[in-house]
Amino acid sequence: MIGASAHRKEGRAKVMGTAIYTDDKFVPNALHGVTVRSQVPRGILKGIHFGEGIPWAEFTIVTAADIPGKNLVASVVHDQPFLVGIGEAITHMEQPILLLAHPDRHLAEKARLAVSLEVEELPAILDIQASLDLEQVIYGTHNLLKEIRIQKGDPATVWERAAHVIEGEYFTGAQEQMYLETNAMVAVVEEKDAQTWVTVWGSLQCPYYVHGALKQLFGLPEERVRVVAMEMGGAFGGKEDYPSVNGGHAALLAWKSGRPVKLIYDREEDLACTTKRHPSRSRLKTAFDAEGMLLALETDFVLDGGAYATMSPVVLSRGAIHAAGLYRCPHVKVHARAVATNTPPPGAFRGFGAPQSLFAMERHMDVCARKLGLDPVELRRKNFLRMGDTMATGQVIREDLDLGGLMDRALAEIGYHDKRAAHAITNQGEGPIKRGLGFSVFMHGCGFTGSGESYLASVAGVEGLADGTVSILAASTEMGQGKNTVFSQIVAEALKVPFDMVDVAEVDTDRVPNSGPTVASRSTMMVGRILEDAAIGFKQALVQQGFLQEPYTADAFRAAVARAVESLGSVKCYGQYHRPPNIIWNDSTYQGDAYPTYSWACYAAEVAVDLDTYEVKVEDFVAVQEVGRVVNPRLAAGQVEGGVAQGIGWGLWEEVTTKQGRMINNQMTNYIIPTSADLPRIKVVFLENAHPAGPGGAKGIGELPMDGPAPALVNALEAALGPLRLDEVPMTPERLMARCEEVANG
Amino acid sequence: MADRITLVMNLNGEERSVQVHPFARLLDVLREDLRLTGTKEGCGEGECGACTVLVDGQVVNSCLVPAIQVQGAEVITVEGLARGGELSPLQAAFVAHNGAQCGFCTPGMLVAATDLLHRCPHPTDDEVRDGLAGNLCRCTGYSKILDAVQTVANGGSSK
Repeated sequence: MIGASAHRKEGRAKVMGTAIYTDDKFVPNALHGVTVRSQVPRGILKGIHFGEGIPWAEFTIVTAADIPGKNLVASVVHDQPFLVGIGEAITHMEQPILLLAHPDRHLAEKARLAVSLEVEELPAILDIQASLDLEQVIYGTHNLLKEIRIQKGDPATVWERAAHVIEGEYFTGAQEQMYLETNAMVAVVEEKDAQTWVTVWGSLQCPYYVHGALKQLFGLPEERVRVVAMEMGGAFGGKEDYPSVNGGHAALLAWKSGRPVKLIYDREEDLACTTKRHPSRSRLKTAFDAEGMLLALETDFVLDGGAYATMSPVVLSRGAIHAAGLYRCPHVKVHARAVATNTPPPGAFRGFGAPQSLFAMERHMDVCARKLGLDPVELRRKNFLRMGDTMATGQVIREDLDLGGLMDRALAEIGYHDKRAAHAITNQGEGPIKRGLGFSVFMHGCGFTGSGESYLASVAGVEGLADGTVSILAASTEMGQGKNTVFSQIVAEALKVPFDMVDVAEVDTDRVPNSGPTVASRSTMMVGRILEDAAIGFKQALVQQGFLQEPYTADAFRAAVARAVESLGSVKCYGQYHRPPNIIWNDSTYQGDAYPTYSWACYAAEVAVDLDTYEVKVEDFVAVQEVGRVVNPRLAAGQVEGGVAQGIGWGLWEEVTTKQGRMINNQMTNYIIPTSADLPRIKVVFLENAHPAGPGGAKGIGELPMDGPAPALVNALEAALGPLRLDEVPMTPERLMARCEEVANG
Repeated sequence: MADRITLVMNLNGEERSVQVHPFARLLDVLREDLRLTGTKEGCGEGECGACTVLVDGQVVNSCLVPAIQVQGAEVITVEGLARGGELSPLQAAFVAHNGAQCGFCTPGMLVAATDLLHRCPHPTDDEVRDGLAGNLCRCTGYSKILDAVQTVANGGSSK
């Protein structure tokens, strides 16, 4: 089964329109919840006023004073309140202040607008530089949500003696996940035997994150909180940490009203108030010898973390570890900071810090190649990591790595050398269209960073059902990436039974163990591996207890499972994550194996720029990657194609415009994501190299394709237009025009 | 104007009658009053196409259509594409080619693609891209959707 393009398990329900997403859940007698939010970026809440003309007695109203447990969202750092109380601090424009619920959702919306807040306003910090300058101290003592230093050797010893020292500064903008289904929750709170029981159904990636947040919010033991993941209309990280907030809000309204509550965000609210990709600034300084060998690299990497920590400490960590790219370099210093600002907090988004730091590094390599008078292909080739080399954290490359071969394959697929020669001639012409080719070479660490997987100690299992089929027990959620299908393939392969004899159990914390969050490109490689172990244990138990003899047919297996269930009542086998003995990480020094392994890739893009309109058309795109063994080639290609599309959007079009830190283009009309007419057919190539850590040799794939497109596109723009200050994404037509005018104006 | 009207329409081949506010959105009538939740709301402003349905053979964004406008009309939603549990050729192709990932744009995409092939049975790739440009997908990068449509239209060969 591994290596086969099995059809998506839930595909039929999705094409028939019968898959049940959160807002599709029929909930009789439900109230509709709405959230009243701050309209200032920073201040102290002094009072709440309920305006005229609304039948307030019909409303359920929840304020901070009602919260039965702790008014803090359980996350990496417990710093964000669910609601702001009177006399407490407001820290961004979209901060939830109070909650309302009513049977009529139109009236609920009218009531939301009728609430006014009395606030003592304070000066706000709205960007990275103002935060670093400590214009106001808004978080801790230095506005730092997290600071990380990684050092190998000492770059300070190199600058004086190097033949070339090249510096650069790069910026990346916020990006909205724009999952097609907005954030949505349904909550029911029951009082039984004088005890409170909380259940939340929602669009969420990480059931046990929400479970933990609800326990803390209500002060309840774990068995009295239940979280169920509904069919999910996309997530991309946007439903990793935020559902702990809106899940809590829905549950508070249900608890206070005693009725079921639906809390469904409309698109404008979702865009304005939920998490996005962190904006970033990178300052790079690199030293090369006369031949172009990289001698030293220093980077100052800063993320705008918004008003609360959310995922910033771990986003920063991944960004910092990827900041030096995939080059061998004896002296590296990474200084990484996530700073607080009075903006709605960013959070997880596919790539998780790596797209930001890799944009800077891969853009900088092209800038350096130009300054050194070298071909960007050859500059990279000289400096690629190889087996036995050491990365910035001291991690030794233990796999047979051929990045030169990977790059050559991508360049051959797009016809790099021939097309570049052709563009050199055609770009001399008078016409407004100029073409260019660019590429990027990059990696993405598989699974949680550092000791993350050890702390998670994830558990997953398989269960035999009465009809003889097998059900997969894991809290990993399906958000479109193909988890249901890939897990079923891995377990079917381990059990040596047909694909249709295996399926996944509903993701319900009352039924499935904590296999960890559905993030970090970890499901296939990490959870898949645990399932492989669990499945093998399950089969061995059937054999040892005399239900099954090897070798067996599918029918014999099915009969054995049915017999075992009949005689034992329940047949389950669990597996747990075990740290491979050669993977060692030190959290305090940031030294060691940051990831068990990496996926590697080279992406190449051809663009055509219209110098009359500064419109950029992506005419060709090639994505070549090594992701270990590919479990399901068609689903994997879908992941790459979708990730590339998001990366193209981030690189060229998707701009979050803010006023006082709040997104003001919070509509699909003016936040532009790629349509089918905007994209070329993306050529996807997998170079397979089975890795021992993953099930059947698989590595992670989900986030990798987000990392490469932006630098490849901007490098292509430079190839088309010549040297320009192309230091930022999105490189919108407006920005590109301004950069061209800088050159024209000298 | 009356608070409620009796709205009569032919929905997926069946006569349906329902009491609604004349300016209720067709999307809400379908999802809430008639409990056909296959049609999705992605933006509420006619940008994303997740709520696409056919009204008298015309593709519309049901979030922008007031109920009174479909009085007496023939309406087809994603639930009306399969016949007797048998998937339409486009639905089957979406399953086979992984044209649906998260599946949230899929109902609208399938309705729009059905209409596209009705108007233009053998489109080029560019015609498919232009024809489906009103239906946003954030998962697929559209390649597998294109594969699925072209399999039905041109036996898989892209032009």
